[in-house]
Formats: sequence, structure tokens, C-alpha cells
Amino acid sequence: MKDKFYGDINIPVILMILYIVLFWGCKNKIIENNEVYGGANGKAVNIMTQKAEEYAVEAPPFSDGIFPCTDCHKNLTPNPVRRVLVDWHDDISAMFNHDSENRWCLDCHDFKNRDYLRLASGKLLDFKESYKLCGQCHGEKYRDWKVGVHGKRTGEWNGKKEYLLCVNCHNPHSPIFKELKPEPPPVAQENIK
Amino acid sequence: MNFIRFITGSIKIVFQGSKTYYAWLILLLLLIIWGGFGYSGQLAHGLIQTHMRDSVSWAFYIGNFTFLVGVAAAAVMLVIPAYIYDWKPIKEIAIFGELLAVCSVIMCLSFIIVDIGNPLRFWHMLPLIGTLNFPSSMLSWDFFVLNIYLLLNLVVVTYLLYCIFYKIEYKKSFVLPLVLFSIPMAVAIHTTTAFLYNALPGRIFWNSALLAPRFLASAFCSGPAILLILFQILRKTTKFEIKDEAIWKIAELMVYAMFIYLFFTIAELFKEFYSGTEHILYWKYLLFGIGDHKEIVLYSWSSIIMGCIAFVLFLIPKTRKNFITLNIGAFLIYGSVYVEKGIALIIPAFTPDVLGQIYVYTPSMTEIRTAVMIFSLGFLLFTFLSKIAIAIVFDNYNIDSLTPKKRLSKQVQPLIL
Amino acid sequence: MKKDYSRRSFIKNISLATFAALALSGCDTEAFDEFLQKNFKTLSKKEKDEIVKNLESKYKKKYGKEFHVSDKPAIDGTLFGYALDLSRCIGCRRCVYACVKENNQSRNPQIHYIEVLQMEKEKGIDFADSNAQYNPEKVPEKGYFYVPVQCQQCRKPQCVTVCPVRATWQEPDGIVVVDYNWCIGCRYCMAACPYGARHFNWGEPTLPVEEINPEMHYLGNRPRKKGVVEKCTFCIQRVREGKYPACVEICPVGARKFGNLLDPDSEIRYILENKRVLVLKQELNFQPKFYYFFGI
Repeated sequence: MKDKFYGDINIPVILMILYIVLFWGCKNKIIENNEVYGGANGKAVNIMTQKAEEYAVEAPPFSDGIFPCTDCHKNLTPNPVRRVLVDWHDDISAMFNHDSENRWCLDCHDFKNRDYLRLASGKLLDFKESYKLCGQCHGEKYRDWKVGVHGKRTGEWNGKKEYLLCVNCHNPHSPIFKELKPEPPPVAQENIK
Repeated sequence: MNFIRFITGSIKIVFQGSKTYYAWLILLLLLIIWGGFGYSGQLAHGLIQTHMRDSVSWAFYIGNFTFLVGVAAAAVMLVIPAYIYDWKPIKEIAIFGELLAVCSVIMCLSFIIVDIGNPLRFWHMLPLIGTLNFPSSMLSWDFFVLNIYLLLNLVVVTYLLYCIFYKIEYKKSFVLPLVLFSIPMAVAIHTTTAFLYNALPGRIFWNSALLAPRFLASAFCSGPAILLILFQILRKTTKFEIKDEAIWKIAELMVYAMFIYLFFTIAELFKEFYSGTEHILYWKYLLFGIGDHKEIVLYSWSSIIMGCIAFVLFLIPKTRKNFITLNIGAFLIYGSVYVEKGIALIIPAFTPDVLGQIYVYTPSMTEIRTAVMIFSLGFLLFTFLSKIAIAIVFDNYNIDSLTPKKRLSKQVQPLIL
Repeated sequence: MKKDYSRRSFIKNISLATFAALALSGCDTEAFDEFLQKNFKTLSKKEKDEIVKNLESKYKKKYGKEFHVSDKPAIDGTLFGYALDLSRCIGCRRCVYACVKENNQSRNPQIHYIEVLQMEKEKGIDFADSNAQYNPEKVPEKGYFYVPVQCQQCRKPQCVTVCPVRATWQEPDGIVVVDYNWCIGCRYCMAACPYGARHFNWGEPTLPVEEINPEMHYLGNRPRKKGVVEKCTFCIQRVREGKYPACVEICPVGARKFGNLLDPDSEIRYILENKRVLVLKQELNFQPKFYYFFGI
């Protein structure tokens, strides 16, 4: 009984300690290394620390030449006033449909450092971790997604799996799932000869 | 040895007949060949030659099978009064009822064989060498009872004819148990066939406890109707004898069957239409059609109208005892039940299909030709068997009438020795 | 007695006819062996392996490609379950064609294991008003939802009960399979199935050689012949190797979920625990292992 009790409690405790150590170790930096390991290129992000064999696929690429944002933004004076964008990012303005009445760019993108996303708490997020930003509002979806119920998993039902990230299916600026052309209907049975 | 002589004697009879007899045989042969070519197309290319598809996966063949099971069971209509009440006029003709049963069971089995996708694998159903799914599958029950019923009738008929042929008294202790056993067996073939469809909850149209009783009642209408007509044809064209009273008695029994059948159908219709659940869909398709799909409506109403007219004709004693109206009634009830079993029982169970999609089924030419082949084969067999039976029972064709020359030479031989 | 005789001669005649046919077609004893092959379930492991090996070489000869035919039995401790998110499915039919390709289904005459039904939102799940032939420019269409139906892998499968020759059965991992070499093609199972999940090879199936999936399972996607019944096996050739079924892998909206019902940590168990599920035609009590749920 005792052993079992310790067995149950050990892992979370160790994880907690690790988390704190890591957090404090990197607090002057952005907490990008928290749950991320497996290469600098951003591949094979482990989301669930408990399950070693679940991997997210690579996030979809940015539009050409748009990243890092600071390439352009470092020379611009940030303007916090909500407005319709013209000249730049007008394509996003045009399609923007994500609670657009109440929200705009700087609710997700960091005001000071455009290469990062920002949680409501002020915590900065790497673009690779955008799912955490989504999860901040869509908590239920986030929970379902983490266990593989929302979204798509491929691979092995009893082993290695690959996740799609939120942004693989949903455009963050207009997240509604795009309509598709259906595959042809079955041949009507009177035409099977 | 005696049995072989009986068989050869019987075969000899088959090839003796008038020109009309031969014309009839040739007609049947032509039909068999015409139908056979249709069936060979199906053998070569598969059941795609039929109009059955995944939605309507059983159709005309199985409908015919069902109808013929009813005809086979009809023999019992004659057997019960003939053997149990020892009612003389019927006893003479009971043998023909049993012959009809033999032929229709053989036709039943043929319809099953043409319906299955791999007829060569039929041996998978045989006990011991195959893996018959007994007792789970109702089809395995049907397989058993049909074969037992076939065997029973074959044995009884052969034995009786054999006895008459050799002019020996038949052993009542042998025949009577078999005959008595054939009565529940006739009910059994019908009931198992009905149960085959009945307990499939996915097919709502069939999933009614009245299915089996209605089955039996309709069989007791159609089977005797065929016999009535056949007996009159035989009486006119051969030396076959049957008293008018016997025919009227059969007709009277049919009225009861028809009344019960009508009552059951009304009960079923009342329950379906008054409660008006979604299960009404199949009856709707049958009686009124769904949307533009009204192809089957003509059949169902013609069946109903024919059945009702026949009932009235049989019910009124005057028309029942008039041979013209009686025959019209017999044809009508036969037609009514044939349409009911062949089309109205099977097709609506599959239309709309289990997922609500409608595939309109009508039999293809291949199916009609194959059915014609089997019916012609059945008729041919029945012609042969009844020819033998008539000769033996009514024509005094017996062991003595087997070529006197042969008997002479047989007698002479020992002299030479 | 007479009947027995005639039956025996019937078999004899059939055997002779087969022999004659084989002699004529010149395909030696191979087809005859196949004709005499016993029910797969009654075979020993050794016999199974031999049959599978013969099949591989036979397919190689026929299609000129390398094939791998497996007879891998069920993995211990598995009972497969499936869940489909009705609030996600958009009716794009990607699954239908991925299934056809994975399972080597006949292209002509066409066989689809999955039928996607378009239903009116106002009417709910109502088969009588459903439409399988919908074909708009874009899906989903306003006012409609979509219910893909395939084999529901019932716990109490009546298709198995009614088979007169035991050519179909439920494997220990819950998959209902068909022995294509034993099926006589009576289609009683099709009459019994309330989900339209069983399909018959009405004609000789055709599939393009270049599109044949070479990874096969004896009880799954090996090529069929005319006159036998086939059905969805949850991609037995994939799931027994640990992979997801093809329909799960292709679904662009992730509406399809698959897993081991006996594993408390599986996705499928999570859904049963945390979402409310339904099964089609529950009143029939066939107890499907294919659940529908509303993920939203």
C-alpha cells in the first residue's frame, strides 16, 4: 500500500520540481523550453509529458517572408489603437473572422515583440505553442484535443501517434473549417451492370 | 431386383403417350432450353445478370422459393382428410398431392441453388463434411425440414405405387406413421420458411408474429388451387378419376383458409396503419408507393383484388359448385398468392433498404428465364410422375403388363437349361 | 435411402463437373484444392500458414507484384471500438474512397463499405428521409448533417447467427470477418444486417493492378471473387499491426476515432466516459461497438 502510494505520487512531484527548476532557470528568457524538446527545427513537439509516444506534426509554414515579424516591426513604432489595417496585413484584415467585434491583432500577438504570441496573463508564447493560446479561450476543445478526441491523430492506436495542431486545420484569423468539394456519390444501384 | 423392374416399368410408361403428350413434352423441353441459356449467362457472369443489388439482395428467386414451399405444404390439405378421416374420394387423389409436394420441394431447392453465389460450394452445408450452422441458422433448419419432407413424400408415394404395381396389400403400419408425420412436417416447412424471414429485426416488414400464420393460411389457399385445376385437366385428358364431391370438398376447405388469411391480413394492416409508426413505410411502398416509386403498387392491388374476388366466388355455394366460376376463382387465388409471395412479400422488406435508400427492383430477363427453366423442369417432373401414377392407379398398369414377351422368355429359359 | 443416394451422386457429379471444368481451363489442381479447402476457422496454424503462402505466390503470378498476406490472429486483450463525431463530419466522402483503396474493393461493379447519409438537421437521425446521393459543389450544406454508416461490429451480430455455413464469425478482438473461400453466397447475412454493411460481389470484381494494396490479411482485404459477401473489418490488416483504420487516417476533420475498448486510457474509452454516445438502431439490441457522439 505504501509503495503504491509513493509510486503514484512520485512522478507528479518530480515533474513539479523539474517544472519549477526549469521555470526559474529560464525566467529571464521566454519560457519556450518548458515542454518543448526534440530539435530546434520545431519538429516532434511533445505535448503530453506523461505519454512519450505522442507527437505533434510540424505547424503549417508561415506565408513567404513574413517571419520573423521583427524584420519589419523593429523599425516601426507600435500603435496600440485598434484600427483596420491598410497597406500591410490587409489580407488578414479582410478575412479576419474570430470574434472580430471584440478582438484584434494585439489580443494574441505581443505588442512589444511581434515574434511571439501572448497569453492573457502576459506570458509570451512561441508560435510553435500556439495551441496554448487557443486553449486559453477554447478550454474544452483544448482538453479534448489533448486526449485525441478533438482534432486528428494518425499512426498507431496502441503506440506512436501524430497530432495535428489547431492551426493545421483552423486558420487562426478565420478559424471556421473550410468547406470541401465532396468525393463523387456512389454509383446508383440501377446503374451497376 | 423387384424395385429395378418397377423403375424400368415406370420409365417405360413415361415414353408412351399421345401426340399431345409429346407436344407438351417438347414445349417444356424448349422452355427448359430457353431458360437454361439464360441461366448459363448467370453462371458465367454472376448474379450481376439479375436485377438484385445490395439494397434488394433477395428477390424473385427467393419469392418463388417461398411460393413453392406453400405449394408443397398444400399436399397436407389432402392428406389430413384422406388418411385421418379415411374419406374415400380424396384418398385416391392424395397420392397426387404428394407428387406435387415432391416436385415443388425439388423446385424450391432449385430456386435456392440458382440464388446462391457459389452453387458449387453447396457441400459446405452438408452435415459432417461441411459446417452447417445448426441450430442457429434458420436456413439450416429449412434445409433439414425441406429434405425430410421431400424424403417422406417420395418414400410414401413410391411405396404406395410400388404396392399397387405389384398388386400387394400395402403395410398400413409402415405408411400411416409416415403419412401422419408428414402432416407436422408440412406445417414445419412452412413455419421454418416463415421464421427464416420473421426474426430479422432489421427487416421491419417481416418482423411481425403474424407472418408465419399468414404464410400457412395463404399456402392453404394457393396449393389446393393448383390441385383443383390440375385434377380437372387430368380428368379431361387422362383416365384419372375424381368425384365432384372431392373437388367441392377441397374448395370448401380453401374457403376457411382464405377467410383466415384475409382476417390475418386485415389484422396486420389495422395494426400498422392505425398506429402509424415509421414502420408503416414498407406497407406504404407496397400499397401506395413512395414518391414516384409506384412500380410495385400495380402488383399489390392486383393481388388484393384477385384474392377478394376469389374469396367471394368460393364463399357462395352456388359459384363454388359451378365449375366455371370455381376455376376462375382457383386461377384468381393462385395468381393472388403467387404475386403476394413472389413480389409483395419479399420486395417491400428491402424497399426502402435498411438505410432508407430506395432501389426499385423488377426481375431481369435472366431471372425470368431461370425461373421459367425451373418451373418447366418441375412441370416435366410432375408430368412424368403423374403419368406413372395415373397408369398404375387408374390404368391397371402393373407387373403383368410389362411386356409379356419378356415374361415368356423368362419362363422359357429354365426349359432350355 | 433413395435421397441419400441421389445426394451422394449429386456431390459426385459436382466433383466430376469441377474436374472437367478444371481440366478444360488447364489450371491444374490449384483451383481444385481451393474448392476442397476447409472452413478457415477449422484449420490448424500450419494449414493456415500454408494457405497464406500459396495465396502470396498465386497473387504474384496473377498480378505480377509482391504481396504480403497475413493470417495474424487477434492481439490479446483487445476489443476494438469506433466512435464517430457527428458534429464534425462534413460529408466529404474522403473515407469512402480511402476505404475502397485500402481494402481492394471492386471498382466495377462498385462496392463501398461506407455509405454517407445526408440528413436534415430538423429531422434528426431519420433514415427514411436520408439521402446518399447528395452531390453539391461544397459540403457541408446548410441545414444538413452527415451520418457515415459502415459495419457497426455488433457484439451480437445477427449476420453471424444466420449464416448457414459458419462462413462469418466474430474474432476475439470483436471484428466480424468473412471467409471468402467458404461463403456460399446465400446473402442471408445481408437480409439480417440492419446497417446495410454487407456487400455482395454480384459480378467478377475488378481493381486496377497498380492500385492494389499489397499489404493484405486473409480475413480482410485480399482480392475477392464473384459470388461472395464482404464487409468492413476495421481494416483488420492495419489494426492488428497497431495502425489506425484507413478511414480514421484520411478523415480531414478528425471525426473518426478508434481504439481498444479494454484499454482505460484509450481515446475511445475517453469518449465513452466524457461524451454522450449513441448507437444506431439501438432498439434492435445488436449492441454495436461503433458509437456516434457529438463532440461539440
